[in-house]
Amino acid sequence: MVNTAFPVFTCHTGVVVPLDRANVDTDQIIPKQFLKSIKRTGFGENLFDSWRYQDEGTIGKTDRVINPEFVLNDPRYQEASIVLARRNFGCGSSREHAVWAILQYGIRCILAPSYADIFYNNSFNNGLLPIELEESLIDHLFREAMQPSPMTVKVDLAQQTISSSGGLTAIFDIDSTRKHRLTTGMDNIALTLEHQVLIEEFEVTHRQRMPWLFSD
Amino acid sequence: MDLLYIDRHLLHEVTSPQAFEGLKLAHRQPWRRTSNLATVDHAIPTTDRSNGVSGIQDPIAKEQVITLDQNCREFQIEYFDLLDARQGIVHVVGPEQGATLPGMTIVCGDSHTSTHGAFGALAHGIGTSEVEHVLATQCLVQQKSKNFKIEISGDLGLGVYAKDLILALIRLIGTAGATGHTIEYTGKAIEDLSIEGRMTVCNMSIEGGARAGLMGIDDKLVEYLEARPFAPRGALWNQAVDYWFTLNTDDAAIYDQHRILDVSRLSPQVSWGTNPEMVVDIDATIPAPADFSDANNAEVAERSLSYMGLSPGMAVNEIQLDKVFIGSCTNSRIEDLREASKVVKGRKVASRLKGAYIVPGSGLVKRQAEQEGLDEVFKNAGFEWREPGCSMCLAMNDDRLYPGERCASTSNRNFEGRQGHQGRTHLVSPATAAASAIQGTLTDVREML
Repeated sequence: MVNTAFPVFTCHTGVVVPLDRANVDTDQIIPKQFLKSIKRTGFGENLFDSWRYQDEGTIGKTDRVINPEFVLNDPRYQEASIVLARRNFGCGSSREHAVWAILQYGIRCILAPSYADIFYNNSFNNGLLPIELEESLIDHLFREAMQPSPMTVKVDLAQQTISSSGGLTAIFDIDSTRKHRLTTGMDNIALTLEHQVLIEEFEVTHRQRMPWLFSD
Repeated sequence: MDLLYIDRHLLHEVTSPQAFEGLKLAHRQPWRRTSNLATVDHAIPTTDRSNGVSGIQDPIAKEQVITLDQNCREFQIEYFDLLDARQGIVHVVGPEQGATLPGMTIVCGDSHTSTHGAFGALAHGIGTSEVEHVLATQCLVQQKSKNFKIEISGDLGLGVYAKDLILALIRLIGTAGATGHTIEYTGKAIEDLSIEGRMTVCNMSIEGGARAGLMGIDDKLVEYLEARPFAPRGALWNQAVDYWFTLNTDDAAIYDQHRILDVSRLSPQVSWGTNPEMVVDIDATIPAPADFSDANNAEVAERSLSYMGLSPGMAVNEIQLDKVFIGSCTNSRIEDLREASKVVKGRKVASRLKGAYIVPGSGLVKRQAEQEGLDEVFKNAGFEWREPGCSMCLAMNDDRLYPGERCASTSNRNFEGRQGHQGRTHLVSPATAAASAIQGTLTDVREML
């Protein structure tokens, strides 16, 4: 039995919460005051903290003033496990805490037209699936998700398809290495260390060519 | 996906504890200890440090600093701790020490690692899982990025600086304009910049969506690096310099994208909204949502105006401030402090300001500034002269904005709440920040030079 670095992703069906904002940055996803933790857990409660609550959050604060205007607090989306978002999701700071907060809140997948590079990478290192879809499809999904009864979407990673409860189906692209990683949950470090000899050989050559890079 | 070998790995207290913990849980050791360099910057106070770590009031921040102390000791990683004169913002410290060299691959768990691209290094931010991966394997699993050539032509006018140049560029290409790309900055305006100015430009590549932004090698760069503590010496230095000059891009190189920006008529730039592409000239007015052709952008603009407490048509240079912050990995180097001090000299901070802070990028920058008497210029004017750290750029310590407060800031992000819950940020150059501190409103520094 191989230990996985995170829960594997194969198929997932869930309620979709529509977050109708472009350029959602990682400072919004998890504000700075929560980054003082030295742990990898406990961030879910503070996901989108300054949008979800009216009062300023601090680590461990429990008595909070809910912002009823924010979509995550809408009764329709209480069971949501998929976020529908606009372009350039996850821009800004490299904080992986943003991905941890999303997963720990209970989200497994994001649907958006585009993502910032560092956030996109961080997602795959934790078992969160960021799916890129055409703007027109995203627009369609927003209309469906904002109906009185919430939309569910089924994500099939093996087939690289999504299908909504309203009948929309679409195919998405994903790099094969990243797909493999999500479906197996393999520890990236262990995978890289399978190439240990190659890395060592490279290092010897590199040191000969550019000795000034090595102080040891 | 490929494996990229990493030459230099920079660490700080906020994004490393979970990586070291992972390393320990898996009984792994750092692959090459001497490639790592650590310091504390993000969550530390910038006030009196005579009591060292025990003087940190915030118990959670203190634990984070102690954790880095312990990890560096346990894994024998070179570390500039809170009381070390060389401590500072990691992206100021690396270049200052010569730990950043041309041709290197450099990573750090911080998105502003792009700063080091000013040295012809491929440098970018990574997440904490990748920090652990680099510690354990010296490599990164990486997808090759596309190339984006950005040519900056013209001469910057009086009162217009590297910061204005990069803000104007992000305004042009947008916050996702360079996603998936590495930017290469070229052109006369880049060649004319000081090394500090080049770092300011590369620093904010990430605000244009590019993980990395880099520049070519010239004599100015080589001169900057010579004799720095981590730089090679003697025969090795000569060998390195010869190699570095081979790194410059061939004339016939092909790029995936290409943009040109002429800065010869550029005004000082100011951000008005809640992302770094929302930028106007200092002598302009606040835009209206209707000015944006795309319905999505108009909606974003409306939301930003409301958050910022601004109305369309307001003159930018009449906007009143509560605080001014000069610091951050974008603008806290000696040249930044010199430019700010020229404006401040013999003047006083406006009485309406609740705070005006100068936070040098490192202990060595602070010392240099004090040798030049800049600290006295600032203190005499009514600025607070602080200890080095990230400070109010991200407000993880007590340096922050309170709800509704408005700040002219030399940092890099104007996101909602970035400088404090409900705080309002205007990104500017150090000279503009200095001028604005004197007047108490956003100010055209050209009128004060």
